[in-house]
Amino acid sequence: MTVSETTMNQPVKTVPMLSVRGLQKIYKVPGGDVEAVRDLTFDLAEGELVCLVGPSGSGKTTLLKCISGLMEQTSGTIELAGAKVTGPPKSMAVVFQEYGRSLFPWMTVRANVELPLKNQKVPKAERAAFVDAALKSVGLDHVPKSYPWQLSGGMQQRVAIARAVAYRPQVLLMDEPFAAVDAQTRADLEDLIRTIWKQLGVTILFVTHDIDESVYLGERVIVLSSSPTVVQEDLTIDLPAERDQLNTRALPRFMELRSHVYAEIQRAKLGPVTEQITAQRRTAVK
Amino acid sequence: MSPLTRIAYFFGLPILLIVLWYALSFGSTNFFVPKPIELAQTLWTTWIGDRFFDDVLPSLGRLAVGLFFAIGLGIVLGLLIGSTRWLRNLLEPLLEFFRAIPPPVLVPLLMLLIGVNDSMKVAVIISGAIWPVLLNTVEGVRAVDSVLNDSCRSYGITGFARIRYFVLPAVTPQIMAGVRQSLSIGLILMVISEMFASSSGLGFTIVQFQRNFAIPEMWSGIVVLGLIGLGLALIFQFVERRVLHWYHGLKEITHDS
Repeated sequence: MTVSETTMNQPVKTVPMLSVRGLQKIYKVPGGDVEAVRDLTFDLAEGELVCLVGPSGSGKTTLLKCISGLMEQTSGTIELAGAKVTGPPKSMAVVFQEYGRSLFPWMTVRANVELPLKNQKVPKAERAAFVDAALKSVGLDHVPKSYPWQLSGGMQQRVAIARAVAYRPQVLLMDEPFAAVDAQTRADLEDLIRTIWKQLGVTILFVTHDIDESVYLGERVIVLSSSPTVVQEDLTIDLPAERDQLNTRALPRFMELRSHVYAEIQRAKLGPVTEQITAQRRTAVK
Repeated sequence: MSPLTRIAYFFGLPILLIVLWYALSFGSTNFFVPKPIELAQTLWTTWIGDRFFDDVLPSLGRLAVGLFFAIGLGIVLGLLIGSTRWLRNLLEPLLEFFRAIPPPVLVPLLMLLIGVNDSMKVAVIISGAIWPVLLNTVEGVRAVDSVLNDSCRSYGITGFARIRYFVLPAVTPQIMAGVRQSLSIGLILMVISEMFASSSGLGFTIVQFQRNFAIPEMWSGIVVLGLIGLGLALIFQFVERRVLHWYHGLKEITHDS
């Protein structure tokens, strides 16, 4: 997965960092098949921050599990920097929604952040430096000896983010990471993601069901249809790079984009007629 | 709870019971029920001295070796069976069958196979004490959290590292619950294995006392067993608190909210 120097220095557009081509996922369940994702195609260039937004039940988690190599797709291909994803790739990190269940409760905050690096046999001194920097970048350098369950939900998710940051992935996947935290914490965490993204230059795919969040965070928003899922719209967010919770959200352009995405989601919920029929058939099977 | 209250709770009921026993047996001449002071004296004279080294220590040694292997094998096999689906499906009915066999009936069999010696007694202890640990470990491995499992996989934590950093700690609460049961089963089997064919050990000595109508001595042997059981429970508690401090902390917090 290493990109050679020559390709890096070339001014022409190289292979996308993440490429999803014709992705389809059918769950085989008793009583028939359920097509969660029908046909998804999109690319993420290196260093992009893209939000995936879709109505609930639109297969967002399924999609992310396929991209992260945790689940095998039925058809289609996923490529990370030109290499086919067949299992969890080394240069990818995932932040899950359920922060309480993604950190090891028997390890301190520090040990949690350190474990992936330890597993990669990163030398001790280097490891310590990475962990310190990561904890600092999420504002948790004061609680390394605490256990995750001693922290609030927002802080636990910060630990999970620190773990991903310390790991230095090329691509960071986030599966509705802030869905379970309160609104104020969520705003802080959103700004944190923007900051980390700018600092590290990492490619981020951020899945959310929150329309405002997707517009506020992303440089691009991909709107998914309802299940069986296709890309409904690929929208560039032309908001200024420096964003803050008060001013950005008050911009007329923010309102426009937000309303646009909202309308798209509403349209997605209704879905084309054919999809409605399949949906009905599915409920009939159940 | 202050240490003083804790001590009061610990000794309160036993002292009360001894006082009650003392009062009820005050004028009694019943041959089969000794008085507290008599029993205490017998306890001292019977078990402190040669018998401690000839009977108590060998029994404790066999118990320790038996429990060590029962717990160790239980964890290792449990991790193996629990994380390999085909192995689990293959073995589960068989394990339930073996677990249902009362271990004491194995004593005559093991006597024939191994002979009348320490190994046989250790084997009896292992054959009974392994099941709670083994089956709990299998069950625990099967039920590891799916999100934590995904986290491990996405960070490439696989193989031995996965067992060491994820599966084993995650299963420790179930393992400890199994160990708690194994300790008492082990103690029971230690005594039973010595009652059948033996010339030393606690079980042997207690039966010997009973046959010779040495009633206070017999009772004192039972007290020694009780004290060993108590000792095991205390050691268990001590270890459990250290190993599972995170688990208790986590549980407390989730119950609060």
